[in-house]
Amino acid sequence: MLSKPDEHGKFGIFGGKFAPEVLMTTVEELESAYITVSNDKGFKRELDSLLRTYAGRPTALYFAKNLSEMSGAKIYLKREDLVHGGAHKLNNTLGQCLLAKHMGKRRIIAETGAGQHGVATAMAAAVLGLKCEIYMGTEDIERQKLNVFRMKLLGAKVNPVDSGSKTLKDAINESIRDWVTNVENTYYLIGSVVGMHPYPLMVREFQRVIGKETKVQILDAEGRLPDTIIACVGGGSNAMGIFYEFLDDDSVELIGVEAAGKGLETGEHGASICAGTEGVLHGMYSKLLQDEDGQIKQSYSFAPGLDYPGVGPELAYLAESGRVKMGSTTDEETLNAFKILSTKEGIIPALESAHAIHYAIEEAKKKSGAQRDHLIVVNLSGRGDKDIYSVAQVLGDRREEGYV
Amino acid sequence: MTLEEKFKELKERNEKAFIGFITAGHPSAEDTSEIALAMIKGGVDILELGLPFSDPIADGVTIQQASESSLRAGMNTDTYFDVAAGIKGVEKVCLTYYNLVLQRGLEQFVHDCESAGITGLIIPDLPVEESKPLLKACAMHETDLVFIIAPTTTEKRMSKILDLASGFVYVVSLLGVTGERARLSDAVRPLIGRIKELELARDRPQIPLAVGFGISKPEHVRAVCEVADGAIVGSAFIKIIEERAGPELEDRKAMLTDIEAFTKSLKRETKNTR
Repeated sequence: MLSKPDEHGKFGIFGGKFAPEVLMTTVEELESAYITVSNDKGFKRELDSLLRTYAGRPTALYFAKNLSEMSGAKIYLKREDLVHGGAHKLNNTLGQCLLAKHMGKRRIIAETGAGQHGVATAMAAAVLGLKCEIYMGTEDIERQKLNVFRMKLLGAKVNPVDSGSKTLKDAINESIRDWVTNVENTYYLIGSVVGMHPYPLMVREFQRVIGKETKVQILDAEGRLPDTIIACVGGGSNAMGIFYEFLDDDSVELIGVEAAGKGLETGEHGASICAGTEGVLHGMYSKLLQDEDGQIKQSYSFAPGLDYPGVGPELAYLAESGRVKMGSTTDEETLNAFKILSTKEGIIPALESAHAIHYAIEEAKKKSGAQRDHLIVVNLSGRGDKDIYSVAQVLGDRREEGYV
Repeated sequence: MTLEEKFKELKERNEKAFIGFITAGHPSAEDTSEIALAMIKGGVDILELGLPFSDPIADGVTIQQASESSLRAGMNTDTYFDVAAGIKGVEKVCLTYYNLVLQRGLEQFVHDCESAGITGLIIPDLPVEESKPLLKACAMHETDLVFIIAPTTTEKRMSKILDLASGFVYVVSLLGVTGERARLSDAVRPLIGRIKELELARDRPQIPLAVGFGISKPEHVRAVCEVADGAIVGSAFIKIIEERAGPELEDRKAMLTDIEAFTKSLKRETKNTR
């Protein structure tokens, strides 16, 4: 069942390389460079060492006792929020920056939504001595000021994107335009399992370390595999990262949680698999939010990392095949989970990850009272410091709750 | 008339093709018909009519903004074909992104092109690797799928592209997106040279080569036509429309006069080239 893309970069019907001709030669070079380094022991050693000594891996698998007691199942949290920078994103950016260096490309460009990928790219570029420019929608710049400042401190140039919906989708468009123009010296570092082949494959492989560690850690702690693994899904990199190692373990239920935003029925959400249709965007055939003609719709979530109208092709494939189950969580439900995890466990989660926390609590309630404890692992993909400002704003509007 | 016949006809008159691009529905669907008419009066040989997409990754800021404004004004695929059908007296090709073709259904889209008198399709995000399904639909309707060759295209890829190309080949003059540039890219001559060399070695009939991206001035058009079979100008038209289209009838008349004069000034440069 372990899914591999075929020679055309397709997972079933999903994926592919829908890129402008200017980029095709570079995409081919990237593919062959990636294949070379992925078989290169020196590269692996270098990356492993960075992950261990710089990123802080392995991250803990934490038994959330209080959360478990209140919800009725055993819930473990894979603490990707403890990775340097505060999210799983650095696993991928270290891998790709190292690859860029091997390819002789000295200039890194990347898009960012929440700013987490931007920060992680700026960190990896800084530590590996590469030049770094980040594209970010002006809407996202407004709601993630802290990360914008962090990127600048890390030596990256932040390029505001004022076109379209001024969010992640448009930052990707602008990155591709830059790449098309500077393709000879520039490496485009995509932050999720999206885009044209080989990005979905490559990013999944760099994130796979999450699942590998989780498997060892849960066997160590519980002597068995989990019953359920839950991860939030924007583009899908933290989900693919933790799911992949368990694809062949049929007893393990895998659940991806998309952003239901203000509710799927309102049309204001980021649930490309739950509520989208098939089409081509940003180089891939996948599930998208679009109108009848194929114009891409504006996605919505108060978690900027989930505010994207598409999803990784491998995840679309796994969802369609039934191996991965998909669900969605609204802003309101997420905010509640955000507060619960903060007060019960002393962990402030990223709003993105809080979607998965909510879903886990609901699953746990459904499974409580069973003969043996239901064992759930949630990928806590990031920490919530970046979201404090937006959360304070939302809570501040509700004076009756006394948050002002 | 097929696109290749058009190029042949021009050649017999010792002319190269002048190809003009506008975004349908910018600033409005009615304006598009009148702008097209002004371009036809000015002598445009092939009209490249853009069907705007929400996420045009191969376009620069000028065409991107035109696309956004057209979509905001209500342009959609149905209206596009109505507008296209109303434009007569010129060869027409459609430029759009793959998702819009896909969502209408490949065959339906090509069928609608044919009904609207569109004889060619340019899809900047559809490389030769992914083109088989659309090629099949195009073959059923005698519609040309125009492929793109860029300065980064290797000989191996060029061969693959030339095997499948029909109508003409869109030669991208530079690394970058659409939009005006002060001078013509140095990459044009060597790139055309590489394509022609490859074609000679392959011993096949040569396909017309039209050069686009960054071409906005009469001297650019002349320089391109000295080495290629046609020149494509887009953003420069959009810019005139942006600058001159106003709410008053007088503004619109002046804009159409400008478009016609600009077309004439560019078309002139395609005649009696070396």
